[in-house]
Amino acid sequence: MNNTLLRVRDLRVDFGAHAVVRGVNFDLSAGETVGLVGESGSGKSTLARAILRLLQAAQGSVEFLGLDLLKCPPAALRAQRRGLQIVFQDPLASLDPRMTVGETIAEPLKVFEPGLSAGARRQKVGDMLQRVGLSSEVSGRYPHEFSGGQCQRIGIARAMILSPKLLICDEIVSSLDVSIQGQIVNLLLDLQDAGMAVLFISHNLAVVRHLCHRVLVMYLGKLVEIAPCDALFASPVHPYTRALLAAVPHMPHAAVAAAPAAPGEPASSGEPAASGEVDTPGEVDAPGEVAALDLTASGCAFRDRCPYALPVCETSDPPLLEVAPGHWAACHRSHETLNGLFCAS
Amino acid sequence: MTATLSVDRLRVSFSHRTGSIDAVDRVSLEIAPSECVGIVGESGSGKTQIFMAAMGLLPRNAQVSGSVRFAGNELLALDAPALNRVRGSKLTMIFQDPMTSLTPHLKIGTQLAEVMVAHLGVSWKDARSFAGRMLERVHVPEPQRRLNQYPHELSGGMRQRVMIAMSLLCEPSLVIADEPTTALDVTIQAQIIELLRAVRGEFGMALVLISHDLAVVAGLADRILVMYAGNVVENSIAAELFRHPRHPYTAELLKCMPSVSGPRLARLPTLAGQPPRPGELLEACPFAPRCSRAADRCRIERPQLSGSPASQVACHFPLTA
Repeated sequence: MNNTLLRVRDLRVDFGAHAVVRGVNFDLSAGETVGLVGESGSGKSTLARAILRLLQAAQGSVEFLGLDLLKCPPAALRAQRRGLQIVFQDPLASLDPRMTVGETIAEPLKVFEPGLSAGARRQKVGDMLQRVGLSSEVSGRYPHEFSGGQCQRIGIARAMILSPKLLICDEIVSSLDVSIQGQIVNLLLDLQDAGMAVLFISHNLAVVRHLCHRVLVMYLGKLVEIAPCDALFASPVHPYTRALLAAVPHMPHAAVAAAPAAPGEPASSGEPAASGEVDTPGEVDAPGEVAALDLTASGCAFRDRCPYALPVCETSDPPLLEVAPGHWAACHRSHETLNGLFCAS
Repeated sequence: MTATLSVDRLRVSFSHRTGSIDAVDRVSLEIAPSECVGIVGESGSGKTQIFMAAMGLLPRNAQVSGSVRFAGNELLALDAPALNRVRGSKLTMIFQDPMTSLTPHLKIGTQLAEVMVAHLGVSWKDARSFAGRMLERVHVPEPQRRLNQYPHELSGGMRQRVMIAMSLLCEPSLVIADEPTTALDVTIQAQIIELLRAVRGEFGMALVLISHDLAVVAGLADRILVMYAGNVVENSIAAELFRHPRHPYTAELLKCMPSVSGPRLARLPTLAGQPPRPGELLEACPFAPRCSRAADRCRIERPQLSGSPASQVACHFPLTA
């Protein structure tokens, strides 16, 4: 895709002496859904906030529709933000408890389309509520009257009311029960079909896999792997990505296949044959935990947890290189991985 | 063989301005010695409240009826001093958030040693050295140094290891782990699950693993209880539950779990509707409003848990294998 919507270059964010986002580069095309995964503390949310200029980046550029958001004057930034919206993790905390749902969703319209009549605004809010699967009658109610999943829909409706080009979703399904999670993911799939671009931040790899076109993997402030979604899950290259995938607890395969279709629903097809075996989780490839990064140290930030580290990893930080078409990885040994030297678990 | 924990017709309700609501509705279950039982359910299903009742940790506005027997003692009848002799020693609990379950102003070593001084009457010196050895057994690196650290100096995964060590100090016969990995990253979660598996083998205690995530429970539990709206709706051998879920809710829950393997789906399966508000459906099957198999009988008569020891289900029209 050539239609670049967002171009992030060499973005760096410092918290005091700590670099939390370190030289991040990526593009996001119109209509594309990109997943951003990594452990807590890897800088995912900080990156999102820096893109929106909710916090100040130390260096780099964030071009949105050709304009550098980090350098443009406040008035221009405000205008750009109309096309660039965010939905936060905690659905209840991100809604004002004293505003009705209708007022909350209408507020962006009041700011950006002050000429709109109250009736037209009400109409738009009602349409948007229906689009996210709520009834337009709920607009007079308050956030506490809704469940977590419903509040998340309200947050999405508020972000969507201005028809943004890009929606940033920061862990929006993390606090939801599994039966509700699917509803929110399906809503995003609908928005995707309508041509919206999404940056989907999540630590839930299974959800990322079902939703995203491409995935960015972040470790201690750096992108260590960028790949089309299928390639990332089928042949992850960076040892960190492989450790993340190996750590996901597996459902026994039989679960999906054996779950009988409820009467009146089509039976699921194409599932692997039921084996009934309970999978034991694969060997965890990354012992230890994310450590605070010593910035004076050179070399690869992952080397202390990496089972494949070489002496060169101590001295030189591997650059992010294209290892296959559209598949980038920052690892000195990525070609060996690609050639199947380390057998995939 | 007598059960380690035996819960009989336990009811937990919370009084409220406008009346009282049942969080746990006449639940019966048994945990055998050295068995690992997974308790699975969505938020509000009552899975935690059963064990908060057993531990005497419910808030003041809770009313409890029924029976919870642990090693022959009726826990619900014990007064605080008698309960304190049991909980924290033979019956222990690990919570979701290891930061809030450790005291922030006491050193790790003090908190661990205190358990043994209080329950076993050993000296502080002996307790501290034993605490260091226990940290080593749960694979905390540099255990001696950790004893002198405060909880905030440890990562979330390390704090959870400390909590696990604390739960094991007095050779418990039952450890209750309530969402022990929910607050942790996926790589750390895998480490903690492995650790629970290892200590179970080493200490031989029974383990209750409460989780909203079937996949977390899948690798560890011998038996799984599925809870819905304050009721146990299915109680089956783990492998059996995954192979042949019998309650429609269990089957729906399994379908809703997105996977990192298998085909990518155009849409994720979802479960329409909401769980009933507590107290809403007293006589009906609580799942009936969301169930595609529900018939008239389900709306007037609450199904009871029944079946073989390998697989029990509370459903008038269970799924068949």
